[in-house]
Amino acid sequence: MRGYLPPVEVRVPATLGEALTLLAAEPGLWTPLAGGTDLMVVFNAGHLKATRFLDLSRLTELRGIAEDNNLLSFGSLSTYTDLRECRAVHQHFPNLVKSAQVTGALAIQNRGTLGGNIANASPAADTPPSLLAYGAELELVSVLGSRRVAYASFHQGYKQMDLAPDELVAKVLVPKPTGRGFHYFRKVGTRQAQAISKVCLAAYARLEKGCVAELRIGLGSVAPAPVRARAVEQLLLGQPLASLPIEAARLALGSDISPIDDIRATAHYRSVVTGNLLAQMLRELTQA
Amino acid sequence: MADQIMLSLKVNGQSHSLQVHPFARLLDVLREDLRFTGTKEGCGEGECGVCSILLNGRLVNSCLVPAVQAQGGEIVTVEGLADGQRLSSLQDAFLTQNGAQCGFCTPGMLLAATDLLQRNPHPDEAAVREGLAGNLCRCTGYVKIVDAVQTAAREAR
Ligand SMILES: Cc1cc2nc3c(=O)[nH]c(=O)nc-3n(C[C@H](O)[C@H](O)[C@H](O)COP(=O)(O)OP(=O)(O)OC[C@H]3O[C@@H](n4cnc5c(N)ncnc54)[C@H](O)[C@@H]3O)c2cc1C
Ligand code: FES
Ligand code: FES
Repeated sequence: MRGYLPPVEVRVPATLGEALTLLAAEPGLWTPLAGGTDLMVVFNAGHLKATRFLDLSRLTELRGIAEDNNLLSFGSLSTYTDLRECRAVHQHFPNLVKSAQVTGALAIQNRGTLGGNIANASPAADTPPSLLAYGAELELVSVLGSRRVAYASFHQGYKQMDLAPDELVAKVLVPKPTGRGFHYFRKVGTRQAQAISKVCLAAYARLEKGCVAELRIGLGSVAPAPVRARAVEQLLLGQPLASLPIEAARLALGSDISPIDDIRATAHYRSVVTGNLLAQMLRELTQA
Repeated sequence: MADQIMLSLKVNGQSHSLQVHPFARLLDVLREDLRFTGTKEGCGEGECGVCSILLNGRLVNSCLVPAVQAQGGEIVTVEGLADGQRLSSLQDAFLTQNGAQCGFCTPGMLLAATDLLQRNPHPDEAAVREGLAGNLCRCTGYVKIVDAVQTAAREAR
């Protein structure tokens, strides 16, 4: 048990409007709290600087997964378990299901949220590669209204986001793939369960007339924030599946990533393994 | 600054109200304030699962739940699994299959397994291993724990 708990103040707004009003009145003073699976670890260790918290967990406006003809809209409080239990997510976004399955274990999946995973902005988070691969957008809200941003431009550096202090992540909007699709996801950690990624790669491709008509590759743990492999994507776009330039793609990857040495892996290991995952993904794509 | 909140919750069917720090870990509220010491503390950071409980029907790590988020919650701890002196069939199976050695992980294992069997009454080995993936055991090597869960599932057939 922790002997000393620093005083904290927690507000539990009943409506989104109330939460946004509070954020607007004192921007930057209130730290949102969703499932607490990132925040509480830091708080329990005595390292959390924030002392004022806005508990989002009762805000029904931020819950639920809604489907229309073109997209799935995930409330930011959607948990990994919500994702895994939703039939439409399995149908359209197998990579997101896999991201959820490899995030912590069940007790974490029951509490951790999609919005928390995004706003915690860890480069090693496991849903961002899939969200990048599917071309997701975010809906951000403040008292002034809402705005939509491409998720690919949301992370701007290590823990830096296109998110104002008076804004919340309200929804994650993911367009449904159309046509013939190819999905690939693989996370490499130290062990099967409850491991933080050393490298994570998610890809989505649309195939047309035996060629790559559309391709997005999302990477985790190889840059200050989750990133797209833009150079690789450019190289492969329009190429016939039968003869994908796998080695050239591996080389191009060098300009897309900037891995570092840390406690989980070396930069060298990360480069080699990312290249291996890319090659494996492309070999599977060749067969698709 | 309001440093305490009045927390009302139900533990194993019984209502409790008490003053707590809003970010007290639910684990400490249960163990220290309410004396449900069956729930253990291991890592204190969500990795080991010995603090597992059910909160509103879902398996959670009580070390990561701030008291304020347990407001109005219904909780099941290991003390709530037996019916008086009668153990649940899962607890019985842990005894007969030697699913516990030192026993430190057992309360968390029992909660995770209870949750699993509610969702999936007849899990295969892979499903048991996934259901218990967040619960570490340093003694048994897991084989006997998996056996115990599957034995309980078979006997419920
Ligand atoms: C044992 C363990 C294993 C884990 N394994 C993995 C793993 O394998 N992969 C992985 O990616 N993560 C993992 N995590 C990290 C964590 O579970 C996830 O990042 C989770 O999605 C965080 O969501 P939360 O709701 O719990 O966030 P919280 O802790 O509540 O919040 C996290 C951050 O996001 C902010 N925030 C939350 N919601 C919003 C919002 N709507 N708008 C604006 N800001 C917001 C908070 O202010 C805070 O800064 C693990 C954590 C633990 C403890
Ligand atoms: S003490 Fe809670 S998971 Fe280890
Ligand atoms: S029986 Fe000792 S840790 Fe599991």
